Amino acid sequence: MSTDSPIVRTVPPVPTQRQEVLVLFLSDSSLDSRVVGWSRYDGTGETSPTTGDSDVPPYGTGTEALLDGWRLFQASQLLPPHPGHEYDVSFLKHEFMFEKIVQVAG
Amino acid sequence: MALLNSVQMARFVARGSLRLDAVVAADLNAEAMKTAALGPHVPHGTPLSKAYPEESLAGKLLRVPEVAGALRSLVGPDPTVDHDAVHVREPHGGSAQSLHADAIIDVRPDAFDVQLMYYPQEVTLEMGGTLSVPGSHLRRVNETDTGRYQNLLGQDRLVCPAGTVVFVHHGIWHGGRRNESDVTRYMFKIRFNPTVRQRLLWDSTDLDSPEVLAALGETFPWYEQATARLELYNRALLWRELTGDEDFDLDYWVTRVANRPQEAAV
Repeated sequence: MSTDSPIVRTVPPVPTQRQEVLVLFLSDSSLDSRVVGWSRYDGTGETSPTTGDSDVPPYGTGTEALLDGWRLFQASQLLPPHPGHEYDVSFLKHEFMFEKIVQVAG
Repeated sequence: MALLNSVQMARFVARGSLRLDAVVAADLNAEAMKTAALGPHVPHGTPLSKAYPEESLAGKLLRVPEVAGALRSLVGPDPTVDHDAVHVREPHGGSAQSLHADAIIDVRPDAFDVQLMYYPQEVTLEMGGTLSVPGSHLRRVNETDTGRYQNLLGQDRLVCPAGTVVFVHHGIWHGGRRNESDVTRYMFKIRFNPTVRQRLLWDSTDLDSPEVLAALGETFPWYEQATARLELYNRALLWRELTGDEDFDLDYWVTRVANRPQEAAV
């Protein structure tokens, strides 16, 4: 018969990952062109960015976001205009989506 | 009635909006805050002359000389009332609207509706005044499809004195912002449809002023480098419609790409 004490395992909290998303709209298709629009989405729930909440862009260019640790995961394709609609204006063309993965308490 | 001049019209064509600061008197502002109603219900398409009783808030508002003159200049005599609404944003209540253009996609090249927005109280930044995007009105989008755009460089977050009226082109991108203040915010809106061709409806005696060209050529910080040129192209076409000047152009953008000589070389 064993006289050992029962083993008690203390499991440290497992860090949980969440995604933060930054969308930058740039002046041309180059990632180092200037920011003309921006949006934020916060997967941690700690902030609630929304429409019209700032007049100052978070970065001057797309590459500045890279330098600050944002990872680019999607960029707009370069698509020719539909025939007959070459002079139409519509959505912003140069959209770049970035993410940061952050740890939150489990 | 105080008609707009050509420079003011050119600014409207460039920006998609016209702002008249503190043109409504304090007593009418007080009435608006008290009643929070424009008047009796108006069915879509009612001629303005039959829409609002004289003693109603809307009736009085639309007789303010600056308001009457701007409306006449933009859509002409006796437009129809599309609809009206009173927007109330509670203190610390609700959320910001997604950036949108009202109604559905509307690409009429030779006509436009206007929306009157009336603010009877001083609007501070914290009160979440209407967000609008200067020069967005010619972009072809459908309602809230622009919701992904939270902020655009050079956007206009309305801060204004009591009694301010803003007229916007039907295509302007806008949205009510989140009210972060302790004050309930009111905005009264009426949309008007023209019933005449929108050509030289304003005081056009200054049509040839250099200021008109300067106003039409304004670009905005959020425009992309290349698309800014297309904005001027489309703006020139709209100015042609509004003036009847078939040769009008801005920096030769329209003329250059329309040049297709048909005569054979001798």
